[in-house]
Amino acid sequence: MTFFRKALAIVEKDIKAEFHSKEMLSVMLVFALIMLVIFNFAFDVKKQIVNDIFPGIIWITFFFSGLLGLNRSFFIEKNQDCLLGLMLAPVDRSVIFLGKMLSNFVFLLIIEILTLPLFFIFLNIPVPQKFGFFLIILFFGSLGFVAIGTFLAALAANTRASDILLPVLLFPVLIPVILGSVAATKGVFFNLPFSEWSIWLKILGVYDLLFIVVPLMLFEILLEV
Amino acid sequence: MVKMERGRVWDYFLGPLAYVVLSVAIYMVFVVAPEEKMMGVVQKIFYFHVSAAWVAFLAFFVVFVGSIMFLIKRDYFWDGISLASAEIGVVFTTIVITTGPIWAKTVWNAWWTWDPKLTTAIIMWFIYLAYVVLRLAAGEEEKTARFAAIFGIIGFLDVPLVFAAGRWWQKTFHPIVFNNPSGGLDPAMKPAFFISLFAFTILYIYLLVKSTRINLMQRELNRLKDMVKEKIYG
Amino acid sequence: MIEVQNVTKKIGDKVILKNISFNVEEGQFITVLGPNGAGKSTLFKILSLLMKPTSGVIKINGIAVNEGGIALRQKLGVISHNSFLYDSLTARDNLLFYGKMYGVKKLEERVREVIQQVGLELSFYQQVKTFSRGMLQRLAIARCLLNDPEIVLFDEPYTGLDQQAIDILNNVLKTLKQRKRTILMITHNFEEGVELSDRILILNRGELVFDEANLYDLKSLKEIYRKKVGISA
Repeated sequence: MTFFRKALAIVEKDIKAEFHSKEMLSVMLVFALIMLVIFNFAFDVKKQIVNDIFPGIIWITFFFSGLLGLNRSFFIEKNQDCLLGLMLAPVDRSVIFLGKMLSNFVFLLIIEILTLPLFFIFLNIPVPQKFGFFLIILFFGSLGFVAIGTFLAALAANTRASDILLPVLLFPVLIPVILGSVAATKGVFFNLPFSEWSIWLKILGVYDLLFIVVPLMLFEILLEV
Repeated sequence: MVKMERGRVWDYFLGPLAYVVLSVAIYMVFVVAPEEKMMGVVQKIFYFHVSAAWVAFLAFFVVFVGSIMFLIKRDYFWDGISLASAEIGVVFTTIVITTGPIWAKTVWNAWWTWDPKLTTAIIMWFIYLAYVVLRLAAGEEEKTARFAAIFGIIGFLDVPLVFAAGRWWQKTFHPIVFNNPSGGLDPAMKPAFFISLFAFTILYIYLLVKSTRINLMQRELNRLKDMVKEKIYG
Repeated sequence: MIEVQNVTKKIGDKVILKNISFNVEEGQFITVLGPNGAGKSTLFKILSLLMKPTSGVIKINGIAVNEGGIALRQKLGVISHNSFLYDSLTARDNLLFYGKMYGVKKLEERVREVIQQVGLELSFYQQVKTFSRGMLQRLAIARCLLNDPEIVLFDEPYTGLDQQAIDILNNVLKTLKQRKRTILMITHNFEEGVELSDRILILNRGELVFDEANLYDLKSLKEIYRKKVGISA
């Protein structure tokens, strides 16, 4: 149980730090909003096509602003060598991974919850009947993103090219999550029967499980000094 | 060093062998195998397209195994193999994603179809390009090898999921079924197909042996350079 | 207390530490001196259990490190030239966080105790980013004392400190010594802390070239260093 308690202590620490500085969330939020405006003009979003491209627009926005958060996530740990401080503490390396992953998850969910209503308003999208399903997709899609994202962010942060390297490493590996989230969201917004798109939830579930378990195992090797 | 010298025998054997089997494969494909009735001569690309795809996948599997072995043994031999195999894999994937469109344009009148196999190929191409870029950016030698191995494992585990996602994407949104040529391969074409498969595999092994040796020599050279630097500058 | 037996560390083909052996007894204060590239920081990483030696054994309280696992970190405190503190957190939150990571009992009380020890009570609720270098180092010391470590490792602790912070650090060293804590300091700085130590070790090119009780004054120590290392301190 100390395993989870200590992971939660890391989450608490990250949230407190963000509450004081507000650097990361404010940037992520503003970025998400400007993306909304850019998409609106770039695609000249009209009623006929908005339904088709809406799922893609929200997920691209979430993943890109999530990317900003991931880059930041290990930046604050490298400052003053805090990561080393954590590694000296009597905790397993996987606790550090789990903690950082969960705090990135919390931050991404906050951004999603704050921006989602604005997407519905500005793009004139009717709220789907099965909104609950959409929340489930949001949960699994975001979890997959932060799981592999946190791991690769830790990897990128320890290289010379830290922040520019992350997108190149992350997005190819993320393809199943991107397809899964967008396709499942389409299923919900087009009001398709559950059986037609439930496969995407399975793909997301398998991906999430795989890319939480494997990084937990490899994090010790990643953090070797 | 002894291991290296002994391995050299394979070069003398594998090089000529690759040359011979590739020549036979070309002869079989262009002379012996019958021309496909519907697609015509462009179907000949199929032999090389599929063989390249097989080699690419094999190469990335070798990266996966080499990465695991490096993390267990911490022997740079495995890092050398992984890097060599990743680079060869990228080259063969490039063959896959360039021959694909040439064929597709003639048969389906579209350069690119997001067919799950092609989708997987191009995503693998990106993953292993990232693998190479990561190696350039990582820093010290030990870290380069370790991080590359980690990414080599993650990247390969992702491939089946990419394929599954690509397949369901096509089924859901583009339910037009292309007739799959490999399924109905004429028995008269089979010898040419298997020989090209074999020839490409031999070529891969030859390139892998050569390239791994170059990587290990590069490492040895760097080590000697460091020693010289240390002698000169203290 | 700490036993280092035939420790060798190779990174790639480079030998960073060659067959190092020494013992540190309980309550002893040892200083490890050496020029850049002598393998000091590698030795520090190995002793702080961040890095495994290529060969050789390290025992803490008679328990081999690779068998003791992460629980042994509980007995260790580290003070480095980096503070390990989070800029955006208050002094209190920093200490609370690390206290939780170390599983410190009666955490709130303990946090108040250590903050008084380093005299930072008045800045308890201030964000660390407003702290001066000296205050930062004081808080780093408080952080290190949280779990009441039996062994304290100092890695170049004097780097970038002003005179006031140096005095505080010297006081902490003295207090730790009085309380019979085992101290190991790694430094290239002769001016501070060295005269407090019981024993001096000198590392050069990965080898232990000197290991004697500290019976010397600063001048003769520098002379020894020059002879052993080849360059003056």
